[in-house]
Amino acid sequence: MSGIPHDHYEPTTKGQKWLHRRLPIAGLLYDTIMIPTPKNLNWMWIWGIVLTFCLVLQIVTGIVLAMHYTPHVDEAFASVEHIMRNVNGGHMIRYLHMNGASLFFLAVYIHIFRGLYYGSYKAPREITWIIGMLIYLLMMGTAFMGYVLPWGQMSFWGATVITGLFGAIPFIGEALQTWLLGGPAVDNATLNRFFSLHYLLPFIIAALVAIHIWAFHTTGNNNPTGVEVRRTSKAEAEKDTVPFWPYFVIKDLFALAVIMVIFFAIVGFMPNYLGHPDNYIEANPLVTPSHIVPEWYFLPFYAILRAFTADVWVVMAASWITGGIINAKFFGVLAMFGSIIVMLLAPWLDTSEVRSGRYRPMFKWWFWLLVIDFVVLMWAGAMPAEPPYSTISLIGASYWFAYFLVILPLLGVIEKPQPQPQTIEEDFDAHVGKAQAPAE
Amino acid sequence: MLKKIGISAIVALSLSAGGATAAGGEAHVEDIDFSFEGPFGTYDQAQLQRGLKIYTRVCAACHGMKYVPIRTLHDEDGPGMPMDQVRAYAEQNVMVEDEETGELREAKPVDHFPESMDPNAPDLSLIAKKRAGFHGPYGTGINQLFKGMGGPEYIYSLLTGYTGKDKMEAGTLFYENTAFPGGWIAMAPPLYGEDVEFNDGHANDLESEAEDVSAFLMWAAEPKMMARKQAGLTGVIFLTVLSVLLYLTNKRLWAPIKGKKPPQG
Repeated sequence: MSGIPHDHYEPTTKGQKWLHRRLPIAGLLYDTIMIPTPKNLNWMWIWGIVLTFCLVLQIVTGIVLAMHYTPHVDEAFASVEHIMRNVNGGHMIRYLHMNGASLFFLAVYIHIFRGLYYGSYKAPREITWIIGMLIYLLMMGTAFMGYVLPWGQMSFWGATVITGLFGAIPFIGEALQTWLLGGPAVDNATLNRFFSLHYLLPFIIAALVAIHIWAFHTTGNNNPTGVEVRRTSKAEAEKDTVPFWPYFVIKDLFALAVIMVIFFAIVGFMPNYLGHPDNYIEANPLVTPSHIVPEWYFLPFYAILRAFTADVWVVMAASWITGGIINAKFFGVLAMFGSIIVMLLAPWLDTSEVRSGRYRPMFKWWFWLLVIDFVVLMWAGAMPAEPPYSTISLIGASYWFAYFLVILPLLGVIEKPQPQPQTIEEDFDAHVGKAQAPAE
Repeated sequence: MLKKIGISAIVALSLSAGGATAAGGEAHVEDIDFSFEGPFGTYDQAQLQRGLKIYTRVCAACHGMKYVPIRTLHDEDGPGMPMDQVRAYAEQNVMVEDEETGELREAKPVDHFPESMDPNAPDLSLIAKKRAGFHGPYGTGINQLFKGMGGPEYIYSLLTGYTGKDKMEAGTLFYENTAFPGGWIAMAPPLYGEDVEFNDGHANDLESEAEDVSAFLMWAAEPKMMARKQAGLTGVIFLTVLSVLLYLTNKRLWAPIKGKKPPQG
């Protein structure tokens, strides 16, 4: 499967040969688990395993929760309390699932920013990047629909606000919104379909994860230097890589265990810290909370959504050019989806020949500014939509787009990159230490 | 991570203080050292039983607690009352509508506490969790993270926060309260001190009563807290051991690759 030369599975026993002729599944597993992996991967490369673990955790806890949950507007809230009070271990499973979503998004954000810094999206890994972005989009949809299920105040009003975004699309918006909700407003039909889709989407995510892994197993992993593994011979490839098993399996498991210590401390000692207390109030369509906010992981994009108000000149220009079809609300929706689409297009927007940010002196600064921008947007998204927060959101949103649409294309032209190592081995020997014997 | 915690803190603060700032004053929430705070904190059975008495005599006149089954008063990690006492409590203090006949009857332990008598009085099953957004100062989350401030503190501050002033507005009498967002609450001061007598002669001044009933309502909102902390602690200990073992394995495994001598042993 991999382009990097390495030993492939050879069936030895009679039984193995029998199976291999009929279904080469052992070979597939062997080649997957023994894939040559750049030996200089740093601790930023552990998040893939953490994410895989999160997906499994969410599916397993979610399936158990679904056994006790009732997707009906009259009973959803009570059934969650039933899980919390009467189901054996139910409180723990629910808190794991609830905080599991936060860990999932924390991991995915670090994973994405890792890719942005080390240029993991660049050729030949564009497909891996795009599949990854699709997974991220599905994760957002799944998390959003899952948050509606407990049928608390924030569930209901969050759903009302977010589905209202589709209503902002000109001409078809209202019909589309009604179709999505299964009625004129968020109600039982909405809750039912969200429950159904919340159960379905994780399995589509799992399939996409398999394709994501397939894609980067074909191209080989990127690594902190961005320099490709030598493929001219097996001997040379082995100087740059070690097999995934056992070296990275053990390393990743160690990292996962440390993260799990923190995760269990949060679940055990402060499980409601990241949640919103209003969601312990049952949904009431007649009472609007004074301040509707999404979960923390949606806040940056929520800030971008709200940043483009009618008094911003780009919005006014867009409105004037389109004869009012694009109003402030629709502009905000376009900006929010656009902010993810520009990320998706990063492989073609980045013109630099150099892959890793480590050897790009100017890029580094802009990258870290983007990280700060992300955090600022997250903070601004939690604030009320009024000055000065609206201005801060607008500046933050503008930088987000500027980074992808202006800075990435320009840097490739004007930046003078630093020298890169010739091989991964050279970098590894210089920074970590020279192997005593040839890696076998 | 800390930033995100801070953010959720800011959110919660801005929500809880939304009304208060409009009225021109920050809601004041007192910090109390409850026995159930921190990773090792546990509920105090005697305190929960005192809280139940106050709830039954005072709060239950208007408020309900519909998600809490009466049988859970027997829980070891809760009030821990003997089953015969729970049965007697249900019969003597709670009337419920029979599901089959539709008539009022004396409650049994399998029944839940009833819903609120007064439709304007919020259900108290989850009040300690839905009023938990106290993440000050300045939205940093320090109060909740390090002092363990949350819903019970809010309830305590509300019960002790009446200034004695009141006003009529749109036909409703409002009472000034330093903890309530907005500063004016429709609920008349429910506790004055010496509202109930305890068999063991425990203090029954306003502050002690407010503390006891706040603790009781925290248990009502989070009855599995002790089991949860136990599970969390077990998880943390075992995973820490696992982390150390995996660290040592990893170090030894990589040593030849990194050109270091593998550790002896």
